[in-house]
Amino acid sequence: MSRFRKEGKKETPELNMGSMSDIIFMFLFFFMVITTMREASLKVHFTAPKATEIQKLEKKSLVANIYIGAPLNKNENTLPPGEVSVQLNDQTVKAEDLKRDVRDFIGTEKESRDAQDRDRLTFSLKVDKDVQMRYVNIIKQELRDNNALKINYAASKKEKNN
Amino acid sequence: MSKRKTPGLNTGAMSDISFLLLTFFLLTSSINTEQGIPRKLPPPKTEDAKDKQIDINRRNVLNVLVNFRDQISVNGEEIMITELKAKAKEFFSNPTNDPNLPEKISKPIDGIGDFPVSKGVVSLTNDQSTSYNMYVQVQNELQRAVNELRDETALQYFGKKFDGLDSAAQRAVSSAIPMSISEAPPIDYGTTK
Repeated sequence: MSRFRKEGKKETPELNMGSMSDIIFMFLFFFMVITTMREASLKVHFTAPKATEIQKLEKKSLVANIYIGAPLNKNENTLPPGEVSVQLNDQTVKAEDLKRDVRDFIGTEKESRDAQDRDRLTFSLKVDKDVQMRYVNIIKQELRDNNALKINYAASKKEKNN
Repeated sequence: MSKRKTPGLNTGAMSDISFLLLTFFLLTSSINTEQGIPRKLPPPKTEDAKDKQIDINRRNVLNVLVNFRDQISVNGEEIMITELKAKAKEFFSNPTNDPNLPEKISKPIDGIGDFPVSKGVVSLTNDQSTSYNMYVQVQNELQRAVNELRDETALQYFGKKFDGLDSAAQRAVSSAIPMSISEAPPIDYGTTK
């Protein structure tokens, strides 16, 4: 009769952790490459409208965002009559400074890009779906006056049904 | 000297650190890419352009009006959003050469040859109180009409759908089926909310 199992203490062999950390590093690099830091925290409520014919923007570094939506916090600056805020960078814009702030925003965004990229700079309007067009029209007019003509209406994907 | 065995390194701490970094990037990353409906605004008004009234034939204009209740009318006829695509498609393609639909002018296009290019322009007017959602839906339906026409043209001349073409062919198809939306200044019937 043979015995299959030795009696007595048996030490568990140490696990080799080297390959695990390789895999973790792989994940880490993957996320580091695909991620883009959200440069500003959102101050307005934003749910993108859904559309079918959306296109991906070519380069993320050539996109500047303008958020329009209901303010998340009561203390934020709003446009009259006080239900919608416009957020540029990390601040909401005061109604009386709107013209100047939008102009400055466009200026600094253009300034921070190389000369050959300036014409490819896209202003992505991230507008909440419940916002009335009057606010969007104000921003569009400002963009137009400041010669920032490439715009994008941010939307999320919806499946087609014919 | 005798050979000495290198002691096994304890890599547990390293994998702890990389786990920490991994979770940090997992939490802060937003995978959703920038996407949407790209549009070009018309250039700012200049003095000499103000006086120039562009004479556009009535048959070449499709008046799309969205009112403050998000209802849509096309050339004065109220329609649902689901009907808009078919209307726009018929308008841009004018398959039967209807005298009430836009005229077509034959233009030479690289890679395609002479192609009857429609002179149709969609004139989009919205109310100040139109919701942004409806505005995007209308833009989307118009884009869909043009995209489907471009797909059909691409299939006919290149045997592939528009997305599968190289950039030169895409440019050719795009100029054969231009996307022409002109936005009229908004009206304000609705009350300020």
